Amino acid sequence: MEPSSMERKLFYQVLTRKITVLIVVISFLPLMVTTGTLFYRFNLTYSEKIQAHISELVQRHSQDIDTFLLEKLGNIRCLAHQLETTQQTTKVFLQNHLELLKKEYRDVFTDLGLVNKNGIQFAYEGPFKLENANYIDAQWFKKAINRPFYISDVFAGLRGHPHFIIAVKIQSKGFDYILRSTINFTAFNSLVENIHIGKTGIAFIINSEGELQTQTNVGLKQSIIASMVDRNCYKNNETVFAKKKDALGNKYLCVTSMLKNIDWVMVFRQDLNDAFRDLWKIQLLTLVIFLLGCIVILFVSFTLPRSIVKLISQADTKSEAMNKQVVESGKLATIGELAAGIAHEINNPVAIMVEEAGWIEDLLEEEDLKQCENLDEFTRALKQINTQGKRCKEITHKLLSFARKTDSTVKDVQINDAIKEMVTLTGHMARYNNVIIETNFSEGIPYIQISSTELQQVILNLINNAIDAMEKTGGTIIIKTKISTIEKNHLVVSIEDNGPGIPKDNLDRIFDPFFTTKAVGKGTGLGLSICYGIIQKMGGKLDVHSQVGIGTKFRIWIPFQKDYIENKENESESKNKGELT
Amino acid sequence: MIRNGEEEKIINILLVDDEKGYVNVLSNRMSKRSIHATKAYNGTEAIQILRKNNFDVVVLDLKMEDMGGIEVLKIMKKMVPELPVIILTGHGSQEAAREGISLGAFDYLTKPCELVELIDKIRQAHKNQPVESKGFHIKW
Repeated sequence: MEPSSMERKLFYQVLTRKITVLIVVISFLPLMVTTGTLFYRFNLTYSEKIQAHISELVQRHSQDIDTFLLEKLGNIRCLAHQLETTQQTTKVFLQNHLELLKKEYRDVFTDLGLVNKNGIQFAYEGPFKLENANYIDAQWFKKAINRPFYISDVFAGLRGHPHFIIAVKIQSKGFDYILRSTINFTAFNSLVENIHIGKTGIAFIINSEGELQTQTNVGLKQSIIASMVDRNCYKNNETVFAKKKDALGNKYLCVTSMLKNIDWVMVFRQDLNDAFRDLWKIQLLTLVIFLLGCIVILFVSFTLPRSIVKLISQADTKSEAMNKQVVESGKLATIGELAAGIAHEINNPVAIMVEEAGWIEDLLEEEDLKQCENLDEFTRALKQINTQGKRCKEITHKLLSFARKTDSTVKDVQINDAIKEMVTLTGHMARYNNVIIETNFSEGIPYIQISSTELQQVILNLINNAIDAMEKTGGTIIIKTKISTIEKNHLVVSIEDNGPGIPKDNLDRIFDPFFTTKAVGKGTGLGLSICYGIIQKMGGKLDVHSQVGIGTKFRIWIPFQKDYIENKENESESKNKGELT
Repeated sequence: MIRNGEEEKIINILLVDDEKGYVNVLSNRMSKRSIHATKAYNGTEAIQILRKNNFDVVVLDLKMEDMGGIEVLKIMKKMVPELPVIILTGHGSQEAAREGISLGAFDYLTKPCELVELIDKIRQAHKNQPVESKGFHIKW
């Protein structure tokens, strides 16, 4: 490989790398910043939302339960006041009021009973046979006897069925009694049971000892439940939100809220996975999109620079070739000017030589040289000088016509004449390659407004190509001109050879710049593409038909002014009219 | 005289070219063909000669050292508008020759040319001259 092409390859490699790095940096930075910011902000907002939602839920339910208990306690306290002043017997009083309560609150109140300070329930109204039941050892009784009112924890009691008791102390006639009522556990339990969030979100109530006060199927061990309670928090009487880890390592959300009227705690527990499922789904989606973005960026940053650099290198190659062409045409112009000067300088001495030879001829005619042995030789030599003089003239004229090639001004051109010049110019080369050039020019081809130099360049190129194609075999080139019968107002120049033809694959690319089948250094691959460009500039077109083994035919279509044909038509019309009349 | 000597009248021409060798040999050869050539080796000389003498035809080179043939042609055409001028140029620049024709030159030939061709042109030019202008008089 040449050093320059090595350097260039290296340059393109570095360029590719630079563009890749640039694309990666420029694309990744904003992507990462955007994704990171969104990720963080969304996470924060969503967590706060969930926290607020759950806290509110728990708080509302705590209030509901508080209200429920307060209301029931109020009912019993009211009854107690009435009992102090009632004229009815206790039995009737309890009967009447239990009926009233049941009517009002359905099954919330199970029974009513009056217990004396010895723990004996001396009056009872309810579904169980609990008259004269002794509560002296019951926990609730011990606590209730010393307070104005008391709400017990949930316990199985004498019936072996979970329930709790609201007890209110009455002082009547110097004796202490306790009015107690059993609260239907099912009614109370439903208040808590209704709280369900997600798959694992459950709520339950525990007492100060950490014992469950609701029937919720928590599925947790007592010890675990107890560990959830943080005693310090209850003092503030507020909802506490915490993330905790159980013994198995599962993370969960724990929201606790102290009830106001009783030493109970409302607890809400949900697995973190469950609580933040939606957030994590979105986080996963964000991550997937981010990764996809990364993949796309990486893909683009590795493929795009290559294609860009490829385009750049193609453009470089093209511009180089163009530069070369410009230099070449510059060279040609210089050679042209030089040729014109040289032609003049040569023509004069040649003219003198030829005339001097002619002068000798003239003089020889006057001399009596019949005896001279060398007369024939003299004559032959003089003729030879004349012939060679003419040859010199031909050469200088070719040089001059070459000099004229740089001219690209548009003028009226008689296409047949322009082509004839090119045929003459290539005649020598054709003969050398055993190629015969035949011409078949239509008469009456109109003048066209083009640059004859450019047209000649095209014709010359096509003839040269045809000669090159038949270099080994020899053959015939037929050049025809006529007015097209297919395209209106166009004239056609066809250049046809009976050379080897062009394979179909090559035929499709024949007008592409830099496409050549000639050996390296022999052809630039620009000839036909330049021809194509020139003809297009003239408003015409250049096409090619070829069959392998038969030959190739190039056709040039050039438009001309309508006037010509119209005039002709008018002429023929008037002729026809004339004939008719 | 050679060839058709009797029929042909002697034609007076002015041969203008800065190539002395060419002018000399051409005038020699022409003298043998009923043409009398007066030699001028540059444009100025040619105009001076033309002031003093009348000619049937002028043969003029286009590229000369002192002044261009086109300039000389313009002056000559002013002096004697009907005087036929044949341009004989070694430069081969057809554009210049065409310009010459547009300025009133009779025709043009490129060097080296066949003498026969040149003489034919001279005779043609002489024949085509308007009858009244033939002869020796100068208008100015």
